[in-house]
Amino acid sequence: MTNESAGLDPNAISPIYRRRLFVNRFNLAMSLATMAFGMAFLLWILAVLFGKGFEALSPTLFTQMTPPPGSAGGLANAIFGSLVIVASATLISTPIGILAGIYLAEYGRGSALARATRFINDILLSAPSIVIGLFVYTVYVANVQHFSGWAGSVALALIAVPVVVRTTENMLQLVPSSLREAAVALGAPMWKVILMVTLRAVRSGVVTGILLAVARISGETAPLLFTALNNQFWSGDMNAPMANLPVVIFQFAMSPYEDWKTLAWGAALLITLTVLILNILARSVFRQTSIR
Amino acid sequence: MPHDAAAVLPLSMSDERAPDAARASPPPPRHDTWGRWQDVLFENVTRFFALLVLGTLLAILVALAISAWPALDKFGPAFFFTNVWNPVKGEFGGLAAIYGTLMTSFIALLIGVPVSFGIALFLTEMCPPILKRPLGTAVELLAAVPSIIYGMWGLFIFAPLFGDYVQPLLTQTVGRLPVVGALFQGAPNGIGILTAGIILSVMVIPFIASVMRDVFEVVPPVLKESAYGVGATTWEVVWNVVLPYTKVGVIGGIMLGLGRALGETMAVTFVIGNAYKISAGLFEPGNSIASALANEFNEAADPVHRASLIALGLVLFVLTFIVLALSRMLIARLAKGEGART
Repeated sequence: MTNESAGLDPNAISPIYRRRLFVNRFNLAMSLATMAFGMAFLLWILAVLFGKGFEALSPTLFTQMTPPPGSAGGLANAIFGSLVIVASATLISTPIGILAGIYLAEYGRGSALARATRFINDILLSAPSIVIGLFVYTVYVANVQHFSGWAGSVALALIAVPVVVRTTENMLQLVPSSLREAAVALGAPMWKVILMVTLRAVRSGVVTGILLAVARISGETAPLLFTALNNQFWSGDMNAPMANLPVVIFQFAMSPYEDWKTLAWGAALLITLTVLILNILARSVFRQTSIR
Repeated sequence: MPHDAAAVLPLSMSDERAPDAARASPPPPRHDTWGRWQDVLFENVTRFFALLVLGTLLAILVALAISAWPALDKFGPAFFFTNVWNPVKGEFGGLAAIYGTLMTSFIALLIGVPVSFGIALFLTEMCPPILKRPLGTAVELLAAVPSIIYGMWGLFIFAPLFGDYVQPLLTQTVGRLPVVGALFQGAPNGIGILTAGIILSVMVIPFIASVMRDVFEVVPPVLKESAYGVGATTWEVVWNVVLPYTKVGVIGGIMLGLGRALGETMAVTFVIGNAYKISAGLFEPGNSIASALANEFNEAADPVHRASLIALGLVLFVLTFIVLALSRMLIARLAKGEGART
């Protein structure tokens, strides 16, 4: 942009150079247009979501159960179910992810096992979530013969683990070796060094990873279809099918009933707000306290 | 000073070889063996969880293969090359779903790659520094929006507009061209392969764009500056210096986007039309592996039907595995080359 060779007489510019300048301006303008294209879609989707979602938002959304077709109701059971399923998935995946991340960063490092695990973890990070749901169905649901909230949590945990592993490892690698050496020199055993010194030094980064993982699984629908399924009523039983927002959206949005569609928009707004807030929160936590 | 050297030497040796020096060092802490035990325990616990992550992938492959076996056994390799899907007669062949998955992903890349390149170019070369972070975050938020939201938006907002305005326009203009024209025929109701591909393209843009942006940023400034120094325009610098330097990483980013597009479920399920058809026209409804699974799996009572769906899931998993593995290796290769060069 800045090389339009100011100071030259415009008439002296050769046709070749003029062509190059034109190509440059045209392509940069296209680049600007693609950025606008991306932003337009984001704003469009959010505008529609907020418009339709706020119409559906009302106190009954949080107090009443999902209704049968053709009548009014709320999403209380689905909100509760989603919270329970996501919370248990987080509780399952956090220790697994952090410990595996510790192995990769502190013990495994360049070993064959660590490299293989890192590689596979990166693939699981982007693996299709519906296949994860299918996997949990074949090994868990098909064996116990019923859908359940636990199955949903396990499926979501499988999706969250790679995120936690990845961020934990990346964060631990940022810790300077001198910090570890100082602790070891004081006579602390390695496990204490890792848990009390290195992990603590990067805890905001690790929390960021967990928040991102929660954000990722909060909106996942596909893995819950074959695992938690849905439940029209309030149920706190993790061993039974459990209502949850994503599956309610899927069923209600595809239905022909207007009441259901309105509720689906309300649920969509709730989920998206949660996910976006978690994302922004994760970024700000990380930015405020990241080590440099 | 010879006696100094003699005093230092044993200290620098290991304990077994110099018992004198060991006695001179402070006595070992009481919890020494216990501490060592805890260390071994902790290391093995972490190793166990790393192995668990590693084993997940294998477990998925094995579990799906076992569950899919009844279908693969019954239909053989023909399962992947025939286009029948008849739950009533119990005949299954996954070609239509496989075709739909590949075609929608192809359309997504066709649109998504140039747009992502433009966005990455904008963010790295043109964007004012103050806007860099907010705009970069905004692009990443596009990836954070749950896919079911894309599906609802696609079904209720995008598809009707697309069917009313864009599709008739496309049929009347591009649709009249000789060969390509056949692609843009069909009922303009907004639902179909093309709509699914377009929505997928919006969904993969953030993934491809952020990889491209990250790899563009590893280009050493010296390279760019020297190109600017000989009078290259911004575009020439990007096209002739930045892109060749980062080409491996860019391809890796595209593969990552492809991996995402192949497995995307909810957004596609809403707008693809769910018909086991392979039609020339892109406006026609189709089906993808993921949407077939989402729609039918819970209703599939017949074991062969269920196994056939799982077999499709296995195909999807293997396909994405290959694509994502390639993507990882390419991106890692760029990172390694970068390390060697600096």
